Amino acid sequence: MRFRFCQHPIDTESARRELADGGAGGYVSFEGWVRDFNEGREVTRLEYEAFQELAVKEGERILAEAAVRFPIKHVLCIHRVGSLALADMAVWVGVSAAHRGEAFDACRFIIDEVKHRVPIWKKEHYRNGDSGWVNCERCAAAPHAHDHAHDAA
Amino acid sequence: MTVEKAPVHGLILAGGASSRMRRDKAALEYEGKSQLDRAYELASRHLARVYVSVRASQARDPARARYQLIVDAVAGEGPIVGIRSALASQKDAAWLVLACDLPFLTDLALEQLLAERDPAALATAFRSAHDGLPEPLCAVWEPAAGVALDAYQAGGGLCPRKFLMRHTTRILEPRDRRALDNVNTPEEYDRALSLLDSPPMQLKVQYYALMREQAGRSEETVETSAATPGDLYSELQARYGFTLSREQLKVAVNSEFAPWSQRLAAGDAVVFIPPVAGG
Repeated sequence: MRFRFCQHPIDTESARRELADGGAGGYVSFEGWVRDFNEGREVTRLEYEAFQELAVKEGERILAEAAVRFPIKHVLCIHRVGSLALADMAVWVGVSAAHRGEAFDACRFIIDEVKHRVPIWKKEHYRNGDSGWVNCERCAAAPHAHDHAHDAA
Repeated sequence: MTVEKAPVHGLILAGGASSRMRRDKAALEYEGKSQLDRAYELASRHLARVYVSVRASQARDPARARYQLIVDAVAGEGPIVGIRSALASQKDAAWLVLACDLPFLTDLALEQLLAERDPAALATAFRSAHDGLPEPLCAVWEPAAGVALDAYQAGGGLCPRKFLMRHTTRILEPRDRRALDNVNTPEEYDRALSLLDSPPMQLKVQYYALMREQAGRSEETVETSAATPGDLYSELQARYGFTLSREQLKVAVNSEFAPWSQRLAAGDAVVFIPPVAGG
């Protein structure tokens, strides 16, 4: 599987090695980190939860779409689930390609699509003791056609 | 100004020509009972007096003659004649009018209609989930609608739906979305039969994130007659008070995204998907 979940800190070094290819002229990666504020509130930690069976299918579809849109060599996406502390890495995307332009474009495409489409949820815990599911509670009054999530970074 | 509430009687419309069905719709059977009898029994659970609207030529039909009839007393064709005849027969009464082709109608729908009835409007009707227009044949018609309907038909008007759109009508959003699905063709009858005769089935439902917290569980086996994920969500939302509206969710059946109208089968695994927030 090129789209995976893990319970433990993401091993970016071994992930990066999976992208190695003699025909690749470059490699681009994106790391999403847990940030200490969101929409004006101080965040102390996050919990991630996924509907893994469908999430892996949808994630794989996104990676396959990226490979059709952009001439890339290899691609990999790893998402954490469970409880994460500030500055922890929540998601890692890596792409190798013959040329850097495609690698950048594909990496950007993948992280944007993952945030929109893959059934993963995060609960923010705030400094004042409150908590809330992102996109589900404060915004619950109105459906959103667009992505309202913030980067974990 | 408060408007005095007129007493409500029931009126089952059983005078239709059933031309598309090519059989008398009132006589179609569901669960071993004619639709006329089912509609009459349903209305009788909510109203003390229920009548059956018929054309003069049907007054001796044994299936109809056992009920208190209101025979068409004004000229013309269509359900508007039955409604006008009822309003003319008792000037101070309001009428809960029910068509004879609504096999999915439930007590919940009638309770809502009667509870949210607005006696200051000419009628209180549900908004159709299909075309967004008021549904005149599952509606409460107030006494004041009589004169207005007479004038409307005298002016060439035939369609009670258009009448409601042009006059003061209280429009309700149906809590039971399937209640107004009507049955006009043999194909629709077959479909209704298979839905109504299907015994409750067991489905596996998994909950994630906010919905897991609101349901107080991450999965369960549900015994239900819900035909689609949309029906199932209405049922579970009523049980658990989910705050997310259906429009905010997606749904997966057997670990793949599915349309809300997909036909559910016993053993299916259903997951409602709140707005996602990966990354």
